[in-house]
Amino acid sequence: MHLATKAVLGLALMALAACNNPSKNGANGVVDPGGAYGDAGGVSQGSINDPNSPAYFSGKVGDTVHFVVDQSTLTDEARATLSGQAQWLSSHGNYAAIIEGHADEQGTREYNLALGARRASSVQQYLISQGVPANRLRTVSYGKERPIATCAEESCFAQNRRAVTVISVGAGS
Amino acid sequence: MVRWILAAAAAMMLTTGMAVAQQGPLHIELDEGVIEPLPYALPTFVDEGAGSMASQITRVIADDLSGTGLFREIPEGAHIQRFGSFDTPVSYADWQAINAQALIVGSVGMSGGKVVVKFRLFDVYGNAQLGDGQQLAASSQSWRRLAHKVADVIYSRITGETGYFDSRVVYVSESGPKDQRQKRLAIMDYDGENVNYLTDSSAIVLAPRFSPQGDRILYTTFETGFPRIKMMSVGNASGKLLPETPGTMTFSPRFSPDGSSIVYSLEQNGNTDLYSMSVSGGGSQRLTNSPAIETAPSYSPDGSQIVFESDRSGSQQIYVMSASGGEPVRISNGDGRYGTPVWSPRGDLIAFTKQSGGRFFIGVMRTDGSEERDLTASYLDEGPTWSPNGRVIMFTRESPGAAGAAKMFTVDITGRNLKAVAGVGGASDPTWGPLLP
Repeated sequence: MHLATKAVLGLALMALAACNNPSKNGANGVVDPGGAYGDAGGVSQGSINDPNSPAYFSGKVGDTVHFVVDQSTLTDEARATLSGQAQWLSSHGNYAAIIEGHADEQGTREYNLALGARRASSVQQYLISQGVPANRLRTVSYGKERPIATCAEESCFAQNRRAVTVISVGAGS
Repeated sequence: MVRWILAAAAAMMLTTGMAVAQQGPLHIELDEGVIEPLPYALPTFVDEGAGSMASQITRVIADDLSGTGLFREIPEGAHIQRFGSFDTPVSYADWQAINAQALIVGSVGMSGGKVVVKFRLFDVYGNAQLGDGQQLAASSQSWRRLAHKVADVIYSRITGETGYFDSRVVYVSESGPKDQRQKRLAIMDYDGENVNYLTDSSAIVLAPRFSPQGDRILYTTFETGFPRIKMMSVGNASGKLLPETPGTMTFSPRFSPDGSSIVYSLEQNGNTDLYSMSVSGGGSQRLTNSPAIETAPSYSPDGSQIVFESDRSGSQQIYVMSASGGEPVRISNGDGRYGTPVWSPRGDLIAFTKQSGGRFFIGVMRTDGSEERDLTASYLDEGPTWSPNGRVIMFTRESPGAAGAAKMFTVDITGRNLKAVAGVGGASDPTWGPLLP
């Protein structure tokens, strides 16, 4: 009995070196908001009691609005918070903002990225309608990649369906 | 004496071997659904100077075959006949006595610095060899690929279809708790072995996709702070960002079947539509124009159509349109939200993720939406990808709660043989590459 196939498999070894550390600098020179947890894009926060500080914006004005399931329309509560944000941004022209849109995990990854973008855009449009110059606002969606609450219940999902206005340096591009 | 032929010839020879696969009574008809696995005997391959590699290769072949759920190994302790050499004549009665339907006899040796595997497949009840014997060789680092190649030939001869064992999967390796998840691109053999990392975890990476030839990868990265599509070549993990319009977000890319173009989602002012461009980054073309979310596109194998998801009806549903755009046709019609459609490599089915009643399902439907079947159900299943032969689906399953983690699972398209991909830890977003040459 003969062996029909006599062959060498040329198996190229793959050079799979880990890539270099990608730059953490964003397109506008803004520090990657996804690169750090719990801070606001590398901007000095200042004191929550100083009305001119980003810490005051996030702590007193309120940097976060929430959404109902699979929606991007703003609730009355969200509009009230955003009016405060618009006032603060209008009187602090030296700051720009990145609006981060987020979704809960009850959705597919791609859809949630698009849904987070819708939410961020709703906030952006509202802030613009309240007089914040468009060139000081950028949006980004994290989809379901950055939950802040981890339980598998509506109480956590509700916290994760959010848009966060993150103060950054510079008056926009 | 072994005569060495180059790699290109190897693929040709394997194909020749497959041509005889359907002869004889030893056959599994995959379309009928296999409930009782076919019993086979795989005596440890005769060691002709390769040491422990003979038993290691034998075990990988057995894991491949038994792992399909189509075959059941008869333990070696029950075997009556022993093979002192590769050419020992088969005593069929000894194998019939233990109810083996298939017998695989092989040897592993070394020649010219290469591992050399020889094997023959026997139809025990037909008292005959099935197909010709074959010999394969590779460098010793690639011994697992040799085993997968042998298993692919055996699978192919018994089922009449090409195998999927000598293939790789690109995926996202995950670590850390749900609210501090770290993600990096990784590549593995289909069975979870030979993991290599392609990026570090300094930026979120999502949903890598293989090129049809398996030599390039498209994925979404947050390395600029915003979602962008990057293309890397597998052999050189540097990669380049594809061009985009400032102020937009691009994600959910996939190669066309000929590897020349990319279909993807582009978000501008909150609205997400589908676009295509050439792999060189030029010729951007808008394919949909609606205020709804259009994402998760996937080409038909002939490249003429694109299946995608849209919420233009008010909820996520699956649509098919021409690859150049135009009016889409909705194909999903059941209860629930449908997303992440992926066209099978055979062209006959579309795999999808469905959400209904607070649970997630992986399912398949015909390309006109008929004959929908759920294959899995859990708290969170998503993102199906097809084995190269269209018989198995791999997907992500995320478990609930603070301690929840992502794992990759496989299931065959009859809904049987659900199991986790072992040994890779937290992992999501698999894409199964082509059968390697």
